[in-house]
Amino acid sequence: MQLLKSCTATVTALTFAAILTAAPGGGTVTGKVTYTGTPAKPKPIDMAKEPSCAKQYTTPLMTENVVTGSGNTLEYVVVYISAGAPDESSAPSTAVTFDQKGCHYTPHVLAFQVNQDLKVTNSDQTSHNIHPLAKINREWNKSQPPGTPPISEKYDKPEFISVKCNIHPWMHGWFAVVKTSHYAVSDGSGEFKLPNLPPGKYTLTAWHESYGTQTQEVTISGNETKSANFVFTAKPY
Amino acid sequence: MGKLLAVVLLVIAIGSAIPILMHTWWMPEDISSHGYMIDKQMSETMAESGIAFVAAQLVLAGFVAMFGDKKNGRKATHLPGGAKAVVIAAIALVGTEVLAPLPIQVQAEQFGFYFRYAGPDGKFGPLHPDKIDEGNQNFFGLDPANDVESRDDIIAASLVIPVNKPISLMMHAKDVGHSFYVRELRIQQDFVPGLDIPMHFTATKVGKYEIVCTQLCGLGHYNMRAYLEVKSQEDFDQWLKQQSQ
Repeated sequence: MQLLKSCTATVTALTFAAILTAAPGGGTVTGKVTYTGTPAKPKPIDMAKEPSCAKQYTTPLMTENVVTGSGNTLEYVVVYISAGAPDESSAPSTAVTFDQKGCHYTPHVLAFQVNQDLKVTNSDQTSHNIHPLAKINREWNKSQPPGTPPISEKYDKPEFISVKCNIHPWMHGWFAVVKTSHYAVSDGSGEFKLPNLPPGKYTLTAWHESYGTQTQEVTISGNETKSANFVFTAKPY
Repeated sequence: MGKLLAVVLLVIAIGSAIPILMHTWWMPEDISSHGYMIDKQMSETMAESGIAFVAAQLVLAGFVAMFGDKKNGRKATHLPGGAKAVVIAAIALVGTEVLAPLPIQVQAEQFGFYFRYAGPDGKFGPLHPDKIDEGNQNFFGLDPANDVESRDDIIAASLVIPVNKPISLMMHAKDVGHSFYVRELRIQQDFVPGLDIPMHFTATKVGKYEIVCTQLCGLGHYNMRAYLEVKSQEDFDQWLKQQSQ
C-alpha cells in the first residue's frame, strides 16, 4: 500500500513537472541579423607564446568581435525578449558550458538565464584564469590548471559580461545573462528563432558587442510565426 | 691549527678558481653586435677579480701559517698614512647605435609582449590607453577611426627584426613593472609603468630566441614570454609585407 502511494505521488509529481516544462505552444519569432556598411576585418591571433595552443591551428584563429557570413549576415547577436514576458520564477536545471580550448572561448557568446548554472571547463594543456568583468553582478576570477574539474558559477542579475583570460590577453568572450527564457544567439547565417511565445506584445532586443543594441516591438497572437529582422550599421574601425 | 686553516684556505681558493678557469658555467652564445664587449668586460672582470681573490687567499693563508699559532700578545698595527680616496668619473659615450635604427615599440602587459611597427607610412599613430582592447588585438590603444597614422601600424606578438640592423626599441608597460630579457642579446631592461624607455641593439645572427619577463609581475609571470626572430633583410621585408596586408 505504502509502495503504491509513493508511486502515485511520483507519477503525480512527474506529470506536474511535465506540464510545467512542456512547450506551451504559441507563437514564434524568427529573423535574420544583417549589417550595412563595411565591417572591420577580423585580425589573426598570434599565440606563439603558448605553443600547446598554437599547434592546434593550421591557419591562425581570427578575432571574433565582428563575425560575418555571406549575404552580410552577422553572427553572435543576442536576441531576447526584453519586455513583455513575465520574469522567470526559476532557472532551468540544465547547466550551460563555456569551454576553453585552443586558448579560445567556445562559444564566443554564451547566453543563459539568471541563476542558471554555468560550468567553465578547461580542455587545454595549459592553465587559464577566467575573468568575467562583471559590473552589476559580483566580479570574480579563477585559475584553472589543466585537468581540474569544471568551475561552477551563477549570476543573479541580468548583464552582458565581457570575459577575458588573465593569462592569455587575446582570449575574449561574452556572457549574456538574461532574465527571460526567450533568447537566442544568431548563428553563422545570422538567423535566430524564439519559439513558444504566448500571445502578447513584446519588446525584442538585439545586442551586438561592437555595434550596440536595437529594439523592435512584436505582437504575437495565437500560433503564428512572425518575422523580425535587425540591421546594424557596421564601421570599418 | 694555524697550518691546517692555511691548507683549508688554499684548497678553497684553488678549488673555486678551477670551474671559472675552465668556463664550466659560461654564458650562452652571443648573437648581438655589442655582446662581445659585455663578454670581454666579464672576462676581464673575472680575470682581475679572480687573480686578486686567489692572491689575497694565498697571502692570507701565508700569514695564517706564519703567525696563526703565536700568542705573544703583540698588538696589530696598521699601515701608516691614510690613503685618500680618489674618485675618477668616467663617462662612457655610446653613440654609434643612433645611425638610422629601425624603430619598434614594445608593450609589456600581464602576461605578454606585443610589438608595433610603423607600417608603410613610417609613422606611429598616437596611443590612447582608454582604447586598449585585447580581445580585438588592440594592445596599444590605437584609434584607427580617428588617427590616420595608426591604420597601417603593424602589431605582432613576436619581435621580428632584420640581422645586422640597429634596432631602437621603445619600451612601455601597460600595467605593472616587467622586464625584457634576451640572454643571447646580453640585454636585460626593466619596463617601468609611466616611462618610455629607449633601448638600442643590433643582432648579428639569424635565429629564434626567447624573450622572457624577469621581473615578477603577477600570477602569469611564469608564462610571460615572446620570441625574438632575427631574419635576413629579405626575409624581414617579406614578413613585413605579409603583415601589412
